[in-house]
Amino acid sequence: MNRYTREQMAARVARDIPNGAYVNLGIGLPTMIANHLPKDREIVLHTENGLLGMGPAPETGAEDYDLINAGKQPVTALPGASFFHHADAFGMMRGGHLDCCVLGAFQVSTGGDLANWHTGAKDAIPAVGGAMDLAIGAKSVFVMMDHQTKKGESKVVPKCTYPVTGLRCVNRIYTDLAVIDVTPEGLRVIDIVDGLSLDELVRLSGVPMSMAKTAVAA
Amino acid sequence: MIDKTVATAREAVADIRDGATIMIGGFGTAGMPSELIDALIEQGARDLTIVNNNAGNGDVGLAALLKTKRVRKIICSFPRQADSYVFDALYHAGDIELELVPQGNLAERIRAAGAGIGAFFTPTGYGTLLAEGKETREIEGRSYVLEYPIRADFALIKALRGDRWGNLVYRKTARNFGPIMASAAKCTIAQVREIVNLGDLDPEAVVTPGIFVKRVVEVPAAMKPVAQPGAAA
Repeated sequence: MNRYTREQMAARVARDIPNGAYVNLGIGLPTMIANHLPKDREIVLHTENGLLGMGPAPETGAEDYDLINAGKQPVTALPGASFFHHADAFGMMRGGHLDCCVLGAFQVSTGGDLANWHTGAKDAIPAVGGAMDLAIGAKSVFVMMDHQTKKGESKVVPKCTYPVTGLRCVNRIYTDLAVIDVTPEGLRVIDIVDGLSLDELVRLSGVPMSMAKTAVAA
Repeated sequence: MIDKTVATAREAVADIRDGATIMIGGFGTAGMPSELIDALIEQGARDLTIVNNNAGNGDVGLAALLKTKRVRKIICSFPRQADSYVFDALYHAGDIELELVPQGNLAERIRAAGAGIGAFFTPTGYGTLLAEGKETREIEGRSYVLEYPIRADFALIKALRGDRWGNLVYRKTARNFGPIMASAAKCTIAQVREIVNLGDLDPEAVVTPGIFVKRVVEVPAAMKPVAQPGAAA
């Protein structure tokens, strides 16, 4: 079965981020999107530890550990960047000022519930960070994840079995098999990997989906 | 004359008593007031409640404080990290209480304390484990959770420059929790790389006005850049 590569997934998400957007890219897979943002668009990256206008990683030797991203990796500040404290950083989210955020996930439900912070394992130390704020805090919440677990179980589910991060918060899901909109009428497939039929995707996912009217079928 | 400057970190933390709630600035190591924490460890206060975004990295700073077992409880958003082994061991042994708070709620609860807000409704966390047992309300069609302020007896923060009135400016993303913690504690202690003369900080650029700060201690070694030759302050 064909699958989109990580790079293809990142490029596909990047294509959907419009010029002028304020965007938060979550830790993990979504950080790859920064490398694929179209050069002809001005897109301002937000990092919740207090920076708008985040640039790429610095050259080796030029790292400044007072200038880091939410993953605590050294970054740079582009011309036009601004620094702010944590309450402002999260006010930008909660207040609906961010246009878009892209998050990794363990599971997304057909209703748009997101699970991405905790596996629920008894001995695991819970850590939430900004996950719950990001889940509810942007005009559009995109999820970027593998379609299935390593065991082949669908990560698009009727109902999340892991502890949820937010309810009815996901707008669009980008996986290695498809791009799927979460709508009040159910899941709508807008892109599907070459050679995979909608029927097969639905069978693998175990949840109902239909093609969006504008979708380009394989 | 107002003079909030204190000669040493040791003197700055001398009156922190057992059982105190202490906010400690920093996101990971950026903005962590390591020298104030070292002075607190030396001072010996115990049975502490610590408020920080994380629960320490490696063996230094907050992790070193936790290692002394003088911290009863930590309020944070993200304790588990690749190098949070000191906290991890205490947690698994049942030697520390954890109150886990979504990061934005942590920041807003601190801000609310400083601003005199009694409580607030936030959408973050609604319907999750972290909102269990909390009051909720639907407002204009959206669901919210009631969250209360977090106040502290002391805040230990790090800034770039300060003056004798306690005005502060920060450095890049090391600002993080500094300004809000400064406002939420009865006694805020700032370690700064440099104490400057009154009037040397541009009033348009002051980030934390001195009213929020009780003590300022110069720690020139602090904020020493890590592996960043030639970078400007």
